Amino acid sequence: MRSDVRDYTLTAPGSLDAVLSALAANPRLTPIAGGTELMVALGVGRLGRHELISLDGLKELRFIEERPETLILGAGATFTDIRRNAAIAREFPLLAQTASWTGSIANQNRGTLGGNIANASPAADNPPALLAYDASIELVSATGRRTLPYDEFHLGYKKTVLQPGELIYAIHLPRRFAQHRQYVRKVGTRNAQAIAKIALAATALIDEAMVREIRLAGASLIDRPVRLHATEALLLGKAITPELRTQAAAVLASEIKPIDDIRSTAKYRIAVACNLLDEFLLSL
Amino acid sequence: MAAKESIVGSPALRYEGEAKVLGYAKYIDDLHFPQMIHGATVRSKFPRGRITAIRYGEGIPWDEFTIVTWKDIPGENTIVHLLKDHPCLVQEIVNHPEEPIVLLAHPDKALLRKAVDAVTIEYEPLPAVFTIEESEAPDAPVIWNSEAGDSPNVFKTYLMEKGHVEDVWATADYIIEGEYSTGAQEQFYIENNGVIAEYSEQGVTVWGSMQCPYYLHHALQLAFGLPEQKCRVIQVETGGAFGGKEDYPSVIGCHAALLAMKSGRPVKMVYDRMEDMAATTKRHPSRTRHRTAVSKDGKLLGGEIEFAIDGGAYVTLSPVVLSRGTIHAAGPYNWPHLRIRAKAVATNCPPHGAFRGFGAPQSIFGLERHMDLIAKTVGITPEELRRRNFLQPGGTTATGQLIKDPIDLNGMLTRALEESGYHAKRAEFAKTNPTSPIKRGIGFATFMHGAGFTGSGERRLNSLVAIEVDDEGKPEILVSSTEFGQGTNTILCQVAAQTLHISYKDVRIAQPDTDRVPNSGPTVASRTAMIVGKLVEDASHNLLTCMRASGLLEETYTPEQFCHAALAYKQQHGELRATARYQAPDDIFWDDDKYHGDAYPAYAWAVYVAEVAVDTRTYMAEVKNFWALQEVGKVLNPVLAKGQVEGGVAQGIGYAIYEKCVWKDGVMANNQMTNYIMPTSADLPPIHVLFEEVPSIHGPFGAKGIGELPMDGPAPAILNAIEEATGVRFNHCPLLPEDIFDKLANPTLISADSSQLQPAVAGPVFSGTTP
Repeated sequence: MRSDVRDYTLTAPGSLDAVLSALAANPRLTPIAGGTELMVALGVGRLGRHELISLDGLKELRFIEERPETLILGAGATFTDIRRNAAIAREFPLLAQTASWTGSIANQNRGTLGGNIANASPAADNPPALLAYDASIELVSATGRRTLPYDEFHLGYKKTVLQPGELIYAIHLPRRFAQHRQYVRKVGTRNAQAIAKIALAATALIDEAMVREIRLAGASLIDRPVRLHATEALLLGKAITPELRTQAAAVLASEIKPIDDIRSTAKYRIAVACNLLDEFLLSL
Repeated sequence: MAAKESIVGSPALRYEGEAKVLGYAKYIDDLHFPQMIHGATVRSKFPRGRITAIRYGEGIPWDEFTIVTWKDIPGENTIVHLLKDHPCLVQEIVNHPEEPIVLLAHPDKALLRKAVDAVTIEYEPLPAVFTIEESEAPDAPVIWNSEAGDSPNVFKTYLMEKGHVEDVWATADYIIEGEYSTGAQEQFYIENNGVIAEYSEQGVTVWGSMQCPYYLHHALQLAFGLPEQKCRVIQVETGGAFGGKEDYPSVIGCHAALLAMKSGRPVKMVYDRMEDMAATTKRHPSRTRHRTAVSKDGKLLGGEIEFAIDGGAYVTLSPVVLSRGTIHAAGPYNWPHLRIRAKAVATNCPPHGAFRGFGAPQSIFGLERHMDLIAKTVGITPEELRRRNFLQPGGTTATGQLIKDPIDLNGMLTRALEESGYHAKRAEFAKTNPTSPIKRGIGFATFMHGAGFTGSGERRLNSLVAIEVDDEGKPEILVSSTEFGQGTNTILCQVAAQTLHISYKDVRIAQPDTDRVPNSGPTVASRTAMIVGKLVEDASHNLLTCMRASGLLEETYTPEQFCHAALAYKQQHGELRATARYQAPDDIFWDDDKYHGDAYPAYAWAVYVAEVAVDTRTYMAEVKNFWALQEVGKVLNPVLAKGQVEGGVAQGIGYAIYEKCVWKDGVMANNQMTNYIMPTSADLPPIHVLFEEVPSIHGPFGAKGIGELPMDGPAPAILNAIEEATGVRFNHCPLLPEDIFDKLANPTLISADSSQLQPAVAGPVFSGTTP
């Protein structure tokens, strides 16, 4: 333990309303849910924010609700909750898969979907699947709620649209992917307990050999979880041919900006992203 | 006779297994002494420089702290290993990042952490080197120089010669050259380094997680200027070591003892994972260059091998690591002529140290990759090349040692290839690979590993073991050989029980405490089963002789009769104790100057086969299946032996394709489990462990050492298989996906590599016939 816990405060108001009031009153508060990110930072002495407010155990946030048109996942749903949910396994298998890749079993028992999104790591495991499923995100604060496309949530490296006092309330997944071809692949440093060097998630609706709908999203391709709009635009409305696949790789390579870091290199990430895209397109 | 079934060779339960499984085994951080405080280390954050000032920052109640610098060392400022160049605490010149400069102690661990961060070291930087190439460059700054070294920046050199290698080049059909290199590797024991020290008028006592209590015992005598009877070292339950707790406990042990002396209270020092990874020893990075003369029918005519290792900033154990790497560089092959030049160089990295295999995995990696290049160049299979050059009984090793045991490497190779389905798989992969994005391959390595200290090392160690009967009439083994997960306790008790003809559960083994156990040598070098095991067998015989001479024990007896006789003996004589001291076998000769003779009393021999798959979309190589066949003399405990091999193979897989130390100016940048990628069970294949037994006269019941052997073979077998799969040569481990990508995605890099010689163009010196 490289931090002195006496330098930190943690409050646990016990209800969502009380948490939102506290956040409204003190914008310095940092929410902590499962703690799988913040406790690691605390352990290595790198947790800069000293006033924490606990979301752990808030029933208002921990739910998975099936509605006719959408599946709603509370921000407090854990990855274990997601892995065990029959509707997700049936209709959103990419998310069930990415939840299973997130950290260890212990991490999955503690870690929450909202935490994974709010932490806003470009390498996060679950955002690409949410983006490929055209998710919306619902935010809540003491003054009200707003819902926006999840694609508009991430603004930059560890930057999101979340305002002071605002929490992620839920993710909405439209239940209309039964006919879509779906793909996700994570290239990590090892097969488990690994951070993604790159990942690609994709959904596409093919009709009479033409791409009628396509969503591509990735991890560690740019400074945030990202939809690959330029590559999607190229592919939309076309039949997959060898020439188109080559063009798609070129467009993808030009719209991503991965980095060299301790885990991999930018040129490797670009090449593998193009290979994964090609693997998906070949399967269509 | 009581023990009808054999105890040796049976899967006796791990001696301390119940305590570990039920959680009542006490590791160092479980121990709390009255008045105990905590210690921490202020380290250099730069690779090399002259300290100009040490500043203690504001906001810390410094008067509450115990502060130790080199000035507080009562004896010599050294951590003694082979030389005394390694200071206990920096006096003036820092030679590597993370070098200990100031020690602090305080009851409050969290405050201690802040205090460490509040100390600033001011310094004038000095030029530094970080790799073998930088260290040996003609214009390199001299970072280490001593009368003991052979030349500036060189800790040690060896020259090993057999025959007259200069005569072979003119007549060789092929001369094949290759360069191979290996990276550092972290031991990654589960439990970090940790100790507790106490100091009083009576002397200094250190409890700790360690392999070699008598190494620390020696280090304390020098650092404190105390006679040996005033120093005491006790090994507590140790959570893994792999060599990483051979020499380093001498450092942390002396540090804690200095703080204990100055504070007057017991001091606990336990590193966290980041500090342990950044500051303690790792496997030596290496470079091996081969130049080999081969006949057109694939016979090794002669070779030159240049072997170099990066020792880090101080000598520590590097000469010994270099020695083992040098001797194993020739492998299990017949070399009519051979010259090996080896050197350990200085760099401004933290000192590299012992790690399972101890230099052998490095040079064996080079040789076994090179053997596949030779086969390819000559145009025969890797299998055929090895069959034509294997050592045979009656042959001599590269050091001139006569092979007396009836080993059969050809038979072992046949068995390993059959068990793994090698030939069928090669044929299948050749068919399926061209159309598949997943390229599969199968490759192997053949090798041996010497058991015990090299050459005359065991003579110098002069190991002693004792067996003493306790008040319940049960024999207790007294040795300094330590248990750290590998099974020392269990196998030694099995050997004693079998020899004494009593039950396994009636034998005890003492906690290693230098006040109580004799020095049976360090727990290293694959020596415990063979050397110490034999001494336990001898001591058991001596105990029986003593009891029979007294007339209290018949020729045959039951365990109950043994117990009664032992207690009766104790009543008459006060104690019942027998010892055995190492005696070098009469027919073992070693010449340290010429590096010639019987390098080890015995070798374990092995053939390891790896099956891999390389995904050309992600450039990731995975080991899909693994076969480990080894001849070990005698399997003392099949469960523990299998575990040793499985664990060693897993560690070898990590060494081959996962575990990379990322260095930035001598600092390990990825000193966290998140970014230092050790394989998990999800990355490991089925590991098929196969044994053969050709009993050796040097070990108990024929046993030889197996501790290090399984680390030697996986890396070359895996890279050989990757070449089979991809058709591309890779000569460095660890081999990461980014490295595979660099070559597969850049065909120009492949053709520019001079080792990509095809048979038709190989053989720069050439005797006349085309292959």
